[in-house]
Amino acid sequence: MAAPVSLLVEFGGGAELLFDGIKKHQVTLPCQQEPWDIRNLLKWIKQNLLKERPELFIQGDTVRPGILVLINDADWELMGELDYKLQDQDNVVFISTLHGG
Amino acid sequence: MCQAGEDYGGCRAPPGRPHVSGAQKCMKCKEGAPVLVIRVGDAFCKACFREYFVHKFRAMLGKNRVIFPGEKVLLALSGGPSSSAMLRQVQEGLSRETAKRLRFVPGVIYVDEGAVCGQSPEEREDTLTRMQALLQASGFPHHLIHLEEVFELPSSILQHAPHAPSPPGSSYKAAVEGFIHQQRQGAAGTGDTMAPEGQVQERLAVLGMQEGAAASPEGLLPASALTEELRQLFGAVTTLTAKEELLQMLRTHLILHTARVRGYSKVMMGDSCTRVAVKLLTNLSLGRGAFLALDTGFMDDRHGDVAVVRPMREYTAKEVAFYNRLFGVPTVFMPALDTKVLEKPSIHRLVERFLYALQAEFPSTVSTVYRTGEKLSATPADTTAEPQRCLLCLCVLDTGVVEGSTLQALLISEELSRKRPSDPSPTRGGCCAGAGARRCCGSPPASGTKARADFLPLLCYGCRLTIKDMTCLEPLPPYIRSEAERRRRRATMKQEIQEYLLEDEAAEPKS
Repeated sequence: MAAPVSLLVEFGGGAELLFDGIKKHQVTLPCQQEPWDIRNLLKWIKQNLLKERPELFIQGDTVRPGILVLINDADWELMGELDYKLQDQDNVVFISTLHGG
Repeated sequence: MCQAGEDYGGCRAPPGRPHVSGAQKCMKCKEGAPVLVIRVGDAFCKACFREYFVHKFRAMLGKNRVIFPGEKVLLALSGGPSSSAMLRQVQEGLSRETAKRLRFVPGVIYVDEGAVCGQSPEEREDTLTRMQALLQASGFPHHLIHLEEVFELPSSILQHAPHAPSPPGSSYKAAVEGFIHQQRQGAAGTGDTMAPEGQVQERLAVLGMQEGAAASPEGLLPASALTEELRQLFGAVTTLTAKEELLQMLRTHLILHTARVRGYSKVMMGDSCTRVAVKLLTNLSLGRGAFLALDTGFMDDRHGDVAVVRPMREYTAKEVAFYNRLFGVPTVFMPALDTKVLEKPSIHRLVERFLYALQAEFPSTVSTVYRTGEKLSATPADTTAEPQRCLLCLCVLDTGVVEGSTLQALLISEELSRKRPSDPSPTRGGCCAGAGARRCCGSPPASGTKARADFLPLLCYGCRLTIKDMTCLEPLPPYIRSEAERRRRRATMKQEIQEYLLEDEAAEPKS
């Protein structure tokens, strides 16, 4: 049983266009059986935050190539990428490095 | 067709990607906690990353030695991550202690392309206001140009301005030493009490007063008639690829014109390594393979007097994005021609998607493409005769039809596949007497297929493909059309007096 997790999710580099232009989202992930990790967070974002064109943000299980993920201002590669277990008050940033900026 | 993201039902084992764990220490200082992974498996802490980033910029400029002390350099800011990081590097570089300080005099330019990117007037004003703020905060003389101003460009921008070849390395060293010596003298002399650091600053302040004032009341949008003309121009282009190419071309012309008019001898563009790699492959697909060295190299001097340099070309997009995030570099995002377009994307987008997808699995893709591109160098200028240059991109024409070449095969198959025979070209000799005559036998100026047939030979292969995607040539800005007309008349005239020209001794005499 995972406690509800409160996060600050930010979007940059153009990714915010898919989220109504809003760059910072303070979200609270609900209680659920499995612990929250990035993989589940992405699914949650797709269902709840993504307003349009999911294929421009998510590809399969993970983010589209060209979108960087920072967890607490550190590269997600150092944190385990999709398997990183989210903690309360974490800061997750998605920056798009694709053309358009 | 290979698709990097697709899984072939488990028959292909995923390549072993070296996994870097957070428990590692920074590979450089061995102490700090790592914040990002550069290249393959190199973890850096924040402080070492900053040092690495700043050092790379200075090394890039120092290695290439083309920017001389005291030179005026125009920074092309698009608001995007790479150009904003470049601006920050220049600001940092100018503020260092004397010995290590960057020594050129910068200005900043921003080209507003809101008209063609589908922004509403309110969005455009909003973006412009934010960019104005950014430009003013930079502290350098700044210029805000609207893309609509292409309709006011003179045709001289399409002419190669002769320029003495830049001096080799030894002169650079002498120039730097001379500059330092001059500054020391200034500090030593009692009469002239300007501190050496103050000299550059003072020059900047003077320039700022002159040019900032010119730029300031421009937060408003340009005349809507011009905006409409611009929209028509882009409306006449059928494919997204050609639109992108046209946009890049017009933007470059505007920036170079501003540089020429304001006395800048160099323009710095913020193309990152990733962008350069994408451009390399894109240009190959666009038929611009002959000019890869100019389009993606460090220095691009095809215009003669103003050279374009790309100091950011060794930074990957990831490094730039991290730097901006970690050190608070302000950027303004604006949608481009094809943001959010997924179906029927341009060649540029396709190549970008391909490279990024490949990079996700094989992290050395971008740098491999980049390094291969680095080996390309521009062919040394043929000093015997002034080479024919493409009207639009100013590269030396590559369309000499050599017997048995691919180009010849393409032209033959084009002719064969034409549905109706092409209009017979009218005899020019009789009624076009006099160099000034534009109209032939009172018929309207060349339009439709004939205008196109006149225009295309003036272009390189890549630009021809772009123009071929235009439904008609009328909406092209006046400077392009007048330069094309001028060249056409010259070619006609040359043909007429051909037999009277004194040939070189090496050439065979006409029988």
